[in-house]
Amino acid sequence: MEGQQDRAVGSVRAWEAIVAICFLVFGAVIVWDSKRLGSAWGAEGPQAGYFPFYIGMIIVLASIANLISAFRMSREDGGKPFVMRSQLKMVLTVMIPCTIYVALIVNPVYSLGIYLASALFIAFFMRTLGKYGWAKIAVVSIGVVVAFFLMFEIWFKVPLPKGPIEAMLGFL
Amino acid sequence: MQEIQSLMGGFVVALSMKNLLLMLAGVSLGVLIGVLPGLGGANGVAILLPLTFSMAQAEGGATSAIILLSCIYWGALFGGAITSILFNIPGEPWSVATTFDGYPMAQKGEAGKALTAAFTSSFIGALVAVIVITFLSPVVARFALKFGPPEFFSVYLLTFCAFVGMAKGSPFKTIAAMMAGFGLAAVGIDTVTGQLRLTFGFMELLKGFDFLIAVIGLFGIGEILLTIEEGLVFKGASARLNARVVVETWKELPKYWKTSLRSSAVGCLMGIVPGGATPASFMAYGVAKRMSPDGDKFGKGQVEGVIAPETAAHAAGTSALLPMITLGVPGSPTAAVLLGGLLIWGLQPGPLLFIEKPDFVWGLIASMYLGNIAGLIVVLTCVPLFAAILRVPFSIIAPVILVICAIGAFTVHNSMFDVWLMLVFGILGYVFKKLDYPLAPMVLALVLGDRAEDSFRQSMLMSQGDLGIFAANGLVGSITTLALLLLFWPFVSQGLALLKKR
Repeated sequence: MEGQQDRAVGSVRAWEAIVAICFLVFGAVIVWDSKRLGSAWGAEGPQAGYFPFYIGMIIVLASIANLISAFRMSREDGGKPFVMRSQLKMVLTVMIPCTIYVALIVNPVYSLGIYLASALFIAFFMRTLGKYGWAKIAVVSIGVVVAFFLMFEIWFKVPLPKGPIEAMLGFL
Repeated sequence: MQEIQSLMGGFVVALSMKNLLLMLAGVSLGVLIGVLPGLGGANGVAILLPLTFSMAQAEGGATSAIILLSCIYWGALFGGAITSILFNIPGEPWSVATTFDGYPMAQKGEAGKALTAAFTSSFIGALVAVIVITFLSPVVARFALKFGPPEFFSVYLLTFCAFVGMAKGSPFKTIAAMMAGFGLAAVGIDTVTGQLRLTFGFMELLKGFDFLIAVIGLFGIGEILLTIEEGLVFKGASARLNARVVVETWKELPKYWKTSLRSSAVGCLMGIVPGGATPASFMAYGVAKRMSPDGDKFGKGQVEGVIAPETAAHAAGTSALLPMITLGVPGSPTAAVLLGGLLIWGLQPGPLLFIEKPDFVWGLIASMYLGNIAGLIVVLTCVPLFAAILRVPFSIIAPVILVICAIGAFTVHNSMFDVWLMLVFGILGYVFKKLDYPLAPMVLALVLGDRAEDSFRQSMLMSQGDLGIFAANGLVGSITTLALLLLFWPFVSQGLALLKKR
């Protein structure tokens, strides 16, 4: 990004603390659910929550230790940027199209099937990140998808979600 | 020599035309997986595992399936060296030490020599480990036949404590990540009482979290996100590998037999203990540096600096399968995925496997010998091809790998929910990697969670809730003691360091 300063999105310390708290919550949920199921000794031996209860307790204790060490980090280590804004932008340029891609495969409104969605996904990447010409994009994306189709549907007989084009060609 | 006889039987199984072809295909695919960013041994095998479901149904099919998958693993081990040497990008964590001297060698124009040395020493390391497996695993299996639930639980305990004891980073992070794996494993129907655990009314969570999805997400998607963040530009040294370079390097290699031997020993030892391949490669590098007369030249392109870590990493990666086939306790994430494969194909890994399915076990061991020979031939002849794949721009490689991951995640249970889950695990993997939460113990806990819990519960039933059963006899007591020692090792060593300071 020209002219604009690259800022950090949160420090390492902040993220250490956030993740430790997430672990803490996860551990607490396990403990709570195990208590609900019964974490003691039942009529026929250990109850369903017997083992997970201890697992949850260990997570809670370990994440408290992690939380403490996050706050005790030296200024130098803890103050380091967790991720720079430009880096996060790169990560999001992959994650967002990826999410849309998964949504396109199967959704309640209009499912494209995995093959068509994959071709579009590859084409999108090649266009936006690689700046390729449309001819090249068409060759690569269609070629890759056809190769996958042959491999999964024909060779290994593993059915994948299909959409309108496959239906047109008579594959179900 | 009963082992030799069984091994010969194994070779008969492995040497069928179909299995040889699968070996070649597996190794080539494996190298490709090892070379590509975002695909490694663990998630590569995880993605291809569903393809073997139908294959394993046939007579003798399980053996073919494990040969295919284990050869992918060997190939991935070989492939990691290519990227480390030519591109200074370690394909796998245990290839990191290979970059120290491998990349400087490539910059000096000695890429061919470095590659030949790496491949050959990988092969030697693997060979030593396979010989160890051949003779040691029947002994371990026979010994383990006497194991009851308390013994098995103490072995699981040892496995997990070893991760804490050998972890480089914070022991609490290792514990938290590992226990989170156990927690995820507990989700779904409790096998003993049939009650629903941690599902909170969501139908999708009924069958629990499949570790294959976790592996594909954590290692695959997470790795891609990390690679992209660094703004990946491949700047590779060119690779030309002709027969002359290979022969010349081979002439030079016997000089370093001591390094090879030491590194193989380190590798085998560390591989049997879980989590060993990465520390083994660093340890072997360190030892070689200290023992070599040219120690000060290390890091500037010394052949020994390539031989040592590669030998150790391969020896460790291979011997990680020993506890997997004999005890049902995998030593590495990839071994864990292979173990998951065995379970899916309806085989029960553990000591009984040697008695009930000798064809399978010895076919697998024989295929380890053959697969590594096939691997050596494939990598020596096809390096330029694989290096060319690395020059395909990232804007093409990345979406194709993401598509492969999505397909892989879908095929595990034919469920779209798993694909979404894979994305979530991908983000988790990215954040965890950045904060040094270890992923390997988490995956292993997810795989072994149910089995560990079963053995714990059975032990508790046997003793009516008395934890003393884990120290009831000499065997289980010593395993438990060793486990606790490893668990508290980080604290002990910290305490010792503090005492020394004063």
